[in-house]
Amino acid sequence: MISKEEVKHIAKLARLHIAGKEEDELQKDLSAILDYFNKLKEADIEGVEPTSHSIIMKNIFRKDEAKKKSNEMRKKLTDKFPEKKDNYLKVKSIL
Amino acid sequence: MELTDLTITQAHEKIIKREISALEFAKAFLDRIQKENKKISAFLTPTPDLALLQAKKADEKISKNKEVSILAGIPLAVKDNILVENEKCTAASKILSDYTAPYDATVIEKLKAKDCVILGKTNLDEFAMGSSTENSAFGPTRNPNDLNRVPGGSSGGSTAAVAANLCVFALGSDTGGSIRQPASFCGVVGLKPTYGAVSRSGLISMASSLDQIGPITKTIEDSKIVFEAISGKDPLDSTSVESKIQNPKSKIQNLRLGVPKEYFIKGTDKEVEAIIRGTIKKLGKEGLKIEEISLPHTEYALSCYYIIMPSEVSANLARYDGIKYGFSKAQNLTSKTQNLLDVYLRSRGEGFGQETRRRIMLGTYTLSAGYYDAYYLRAQKVRTLIRRDFEKAFQKVDLILTPVSPTPAFKIGEKITDPLSMYLADVFTVAVNLAGLPAISVPCGKIGELPVGLQIIGRPFEENRIFQLGEFFETIR
Repeated sequence: MISKEEVKHIAKLARLHIAGKEEDELQKDLSAILDYFNKLKEADIEGVEPTSHSIIMKNIFRKDEAKKKSNEMRKKLTDKFPEKKDNYLKVKSIL
Repeated sequence: MELTDLTITQAHEKIIKREISALEFAKAFLDRIQKENKKISAFLTPTPDLALLQAKKADEKISKNKEVSILAGIPLAVKDNILVENEKCTAASKILSDYTAPYDATVIEKLKAKDCVILGKTNLDEFAMGSSTENSAFGPTRNPNDLNRVPGGSSGGSTAAVAANLCVFALGSDTGGSIRQPASFCGVVGLKPTYGAVSRSGLISMASSLDQIGPITKTIEDSKIVFEAISGKDPLDSTSVESKIQNPKSKIQNLRLGVPKEYFIKGTDKEVEAIIRGTIKKLGKEGLKIEEISLPHTEYALSCYYIIMPSEVSANLARYDGIKYGFSKAQNLTSKTQNLLDVYLRSRGEGFGQETRRRIMLGTYTLSAGYYDAYYLRAQKVRTLIRRDFEKAFQKVDLILTPVSPTPAFKIGEKITDPLSMYLADVFTVAVNLAGLPAISVPCGKIGELPVGLQIIGRPFEENRIFQLGEFFETIR
């Protein structure tokens, strides 16, 4: 069983505001799911390399070039900013 | 036969012989969507203006006797996590409810170049996370075979649309079974291509080492047509590869089929098992060589998947921060949103649905300091073992046959309150994604009104062998 404090800590790392009631639900659900994962402890992984991708590929390079996009495309993207000043993205103060 | 019943090949015949125009065809489907979508909620956003525009373009080419693709004028539906330029793309999430796609996904660009007609965007579990399409922020889709049941998920809107003849074919995405399981539940053909065969550019990322776009169709022949149209290397997706598909020359009777004993386990519905075993027997009677095989690490696949997938999800969904686009609390300044952190917390906390929040939490936990080795790294090593199981099996056999899902379509509401029971619905489909293999769901029987699908798994980039067996099976079904 994971603790309530752990749930709060993980929520903070994940940048999620979690309401009080949901903390209880998450504590219960996550604990049940993590218990289920214990099954993996039975697997013999001695000397086994991890797989991060199913197809083996390495060093896929391309030229580091900026591609010119139309003003229309630029406007499409900047129009999505929730807050902006002129064409700049506006961000709240950090401190 | 109704116009809306036609397959791609049948519709193409009529269009090319000018028995019907692409415009008439598109209108027939748009009318049907207007009438029937209320019942099943397969579409989130119909795109009639785009559809009519494309249909007119297709007709123009045909009237000038220009050579056109087999897909010219063919109407399709697109899962709402695949970008279609200037149309809404929500991923069935509140956080993207007002998001309009600024460009086309590569698969959409390819289909538009073939003069396909896009009818609209279909429902899914939020960010493709779920096995029932109940996790949509805009309400569930219903199974056309039984309106009280789920269509499966997460591509439930796309499979329901094909099953209810609201489109000729559809695109879905499959991370742990999200094309195959709903195809099985709805009674249509659903292909998850080899990882890398189809570009993921313009697919809203869920778990990047597992996601693939694939076709949902009425027949195997149609599946092959769409797969060939959308596959290939794309400079915009560095994990895409030019697939070296060869047409299989071997006779169907020379195919060796493996049946893994680990996929016939307690907990599978008796009638589902009987239908799958009956299907395999039928193939044996036709002279195909069938042998029992073992994939010994199968029992670890679900845990392995449900660690790796949420880990990747928690990283991919970090981009929804209320700052760049999407749902944001930045403008509604209250006492609770004073600084940057508040904007993150509140935008994400309110914008994401329950299952999405749960998976972000789970992935953050399994990647966090102190747990990384015990969960994520261990799962990655088990992933290697699962991949090796398949490699070994494919030295002996050409294709592997299993059930797609342990049950037929379940009732709406039956599993939604118990996440773990919902995850168990994916037990036969996740290993394929972990190993990056191609696999298809083909309808092979029914329990009452509820369809059951057979899963055919192939070697990497051997989709054509899957199609070969699938087409043969359709003739003896």
